[in-house]
Amino acid sequence: MTKVHVTTTVNGDPVEFLADPRETLLDSLRNSLGLTGSKEGCGTGDCGACSVTMNGTLVCSCLVLGVEAEGAQIETIEGMGGDTQLHPLQRKFVEHAALQCGFCTPGILVAAKKLLEENANPTETEIRYWLAGNLCRCTGYDKIIRAVQDAAAEMRGEAA
Amino acid sequence: MSVSKPLPHDAAALHVTGRARYVDDIPTPRGTLHLAFGQSTVARGKITELNLSEVRASNDVVAVLTADDLPFDNDVSPSIHDEPLLSDGTVHYVGQPVFAVIARSHRAARVAARKAKIAYEEEIPILTIEAALQANSRFEDGPRIYEKGDAAAAIAAAAHRIEGEFEIGGQEHFYLEGQAALALPQDNGDMVVHASTQHPTEIQHKVAEALGVPMHAVRVETRRMGGGFGGKESQGNALAVACAVAARLTGQPCKMRYDRDDDMVITGKRHDFKILYEAGFDTEGRILGVNFVHYVRCGWAQDLSLPVADRAMLHADNAYLLPAARIESHRLRTNMQSATAFRGFGGPQGMIGIERVMDHASHVLGLDPVTIRQRNYYSEMAGGDTSAPAYIRDREKPETTPYGMAVTDFELHGITRALVDSSDYAARRAAVADWNARNETIKRGIGFSPVKFGISFTLTHLNQAGALVHVYQDGSIHLNHGGTEMGQGLFQKVAQVAAARFGVETERVKITATDTGKVPNTSATAASSGSDLNGMAVRAACDTIRARIADVVAQNAGVAAQNVTFADGRVRAGDVDIGFEDAAAMAYLARVSLSATGFYKTPKLDWDRIAGQGRPFFYFAYGAALTEVAVDLRTGENRILRVDALHDAGASLNPALDIGQVEGGYVQGAGWLTTEELVWDDQGKLRTHAPSTYKIPACSDRPDIFNVTLWDGKNPEKTIYRSKAVGEPPFMLGISAFLALGDALSSCGAGYHGLNAPATAEEVWHAVQRMSHGA
Ligand code: FES
Ligand code: FES
Repeated sequence: MTKVHVTTTVNGDPVEFLADPRETLLDSLRNSLGLTGSKEGCGTGDCGACSVTMNGTLVCSCLVLGVEAEGAQIETIEGMGGDTQLHPLQRKFVEHAALQCGFCTPGILVAAKKLLEENANPTETEIRYWLAGNLCRCTGYDKIIRAVQDAAAEMRGEAA
Repeated sequence: MSVSKPLPHDAAALHVTGRARYVDDIPTPRGTLHLAFGQSTVARGKITELNLSEVRASNDVVAVLTADDLPFDNDVSPSIHDEPLLSDGTVHYVGQPVFAVIARSHRAARVAARKAKIAYEEEIPILTIEAALQANSRFEDGPRIYEKGDAAAAIAAAAHRIEGEFEIGGQEHFYLEGQAALALPQDNGDMVVHASTQHPTEIQHKVAEALGVPMHAVRVETRRMGGGFGGKESQGNALAVACAVAARLTGQPCKMRYDRDDDMVITGKRHDFKILYEAGFDTEGRILGVNFVHYVRCGWAQDLSLPVADRAMLHADNAYLLPAARIESHRLRTNMQSATAFRGFGGPQGMIGIERVMDHASHVLGLDPVTIRQRNYYSEMAGGDTSAPAYIRDREKPETTPYGMAVTDFELHGITRALVDSSDYAARRAAVADWNARNETIKRGIGFSPVKFGISFTLTHLNQAGALVHVYQDGSIHLNHGGTEMGQGLFQKVAQVAAARFGVETERVKITATDTGKVPNTSATAASSGSDLNGMAVRAACDTIRARIADVVAQNAGVAAQNVTFADGRVRAGDVDIGFEDAAAMAYLARVSLSATGFYKTPKLDWDRIAGQGRPFFYFAYGAALTEVAVDLRTGENRILRVDALHDAGASLNPALDIGQVEGGYVQGAGWLTTEELVWDDQGKLRTHAPSTYKIPACSDRPDIFNVTLWDGKNPEKTIYRSKAVGEPPFMLGISAFLALGDALSSCGAGYHGLNAPATAEEVWHAVQRMSHGA
């Protein structure tokens, strides 16, 4: 099938790639742009490992086509923070040992960041239901929730 | 010292930035090809026609392989050579790989694989325990039987007798990262394989067999897995072997990863069991004898089923001294995925059998479930808690398990007492009774379960490990060992050991990928043995180098080598006080080798699996949990309200990582027994092959209150810094959730609930109906 030329913005950088019209945004990110931080855990929208935001909306990139990214603003884990400047959520996930194998971690961080943008002071229940679409097989979730709460408190300027 | 510190996972900074590379993230050379399996659509039969012309004609297909194209061994079994990589003309389950497509993209390979036209001469598949028994379809000639005393006589003579049966479902591993492998052809026919595997040596072995080359021609590297849980002990063989064969054939790098549905349909899962039990108790609730029959659904190939079923038998006592016991285990061959290793390796299934017996007896005798368990515990180890009733303390020692091993490190009297106190058990039990008296539809229940889990591979020769350590002249340390990292934090724990031996910070230690070219002949990272075995092997290697450095520094200082100390990044001897890096440089200039291997084998093991006698385990790990649940009797829906867990990791090498294992283990164990239901239809097709239909616990299912504490203990055996293995044992704490659900139903009728596992909302609802109709 003829590939389609896609122009989009990923983590603030303008990028272009060629996409098979049937290819998912997840595959475009991973295979065409080399952004392998977003993971495939299911390919069916059930695990959240592929979470990114598109024009500010949290989406499963395995359920979005690469060609749909045309003209959009995409944010992935790679845009969240680097070595020198970790996002508070990233730092708190490390501090709280809120990860084990780490495969779910990028998706959870992207989802949690979006939550805190919408709601700077979520209750524990709000956190647990917001993240209910992000499966983790390793941690049992407790430390993940603690880390999100702690990061939220820090971002609000409260000492946790 | 670096051990016992709660340091983060070694790759945490990479995980949170998305830069941690898993197999599918490794940049591949240009021209890398992708594989997919074409699968059997019937559960049992012979292939009468295999028409692959449309597959071959499909877009971007480079080649298609069938069994006839394989140059050497067509086998990926980890045990008895009964598992062809590609069907040999017969098929044994829905999903069995029949052919392999090699294509230019992952998608092209998968699309093509669906285009085969296969005709079968179908046979009636064996899907149930009953059908397998009727057809005498089994592994080994007959059941294995382990016996202690005369159980039948003891039960017959007992004041109270109970009997029953129940089913315990299997479990999908659902490691978030699916199976994956990448094979890179080298000069001279050699092969390098990157695999998401808990067992690189096994991959090396199977790839070498398939390529007809010695093991030295194959190097396997594993940096990390996105979860393993036992599912990557043998189930990665097929992908690695297929990639290697394809890479040999095409001369191109070849990669394969299962998409989630394929992964669930092709790979093996936890063994499901049906357990029959009868037991006799005295009027005080002390068990006199018990008789178990285990029916184990093993699937189509043997894989690891024998040691799994053995381990179930070895945990049929759990924490209780059984004066007389008989355990009979049938390993049944059925036409479904070949059940395989899964955290606990049969132990959980064996353990839930005796927990069911205790639960049932506490119902019949009207005894508190904690009390009846305490009355049946083994005796506390010397120097431990002294709260046990006198008759336990006065029992003749040593007390032995049904397989004749003395239990000398028991500590559940102390753990239970501490947990009962910290969880406020007595008051909450009363509150639950009060709640249940006042509420008709939502009922509450509390479950308690202890864990005593045997640590060591029951195949004694596997209890060995190797390590390779280099110290460079700048004082940096390169660490390698045979263990694999699947999220459990093994690499960090072992790095902490290395740092402690040299008296330096962990930052100085470079953790490197598991590599069969560095440490050969390794065992799978399994049986919770990762830190025990590899920690000791690394310690041995470090101590060799340390002794050499000490000699050099001692000579320089004019003191004896034993007076040299390594601490705080300094090496001190007499008047000499230098940085570790200077000591390393000094040794280098003195022409002393700064590289060493280390080796360890677990002592004291002596086990005869046929006789069922001996010491299969070096020691036991312990723990206990108390779970409170709420159940809606109208729908069976339920949730976990509170969990209190107290777990023994010995002198923990890293409390942060160990608590993570306990939390994750508990949730996975509770998932196994509550929401995770595998459903095969009557044609043998797995109907729950994606997270849309197979429910692992989600964040929203997390217990409202989740108190996890490590027991402040020390391993009486000489393990690495007196720590204990912690990978599998906490999984079984989840049994308390299952027991709590049963407890919540106790007010629905006079009878015993007879719950099967998983206790899904549907199963709970059925139990409510059975009980309220007096069945
Ligand atoms: S991979 Fe997209 S939701 Fe699972
Ligand atoms: S840390 Fe392994 S899946 Fe979440």
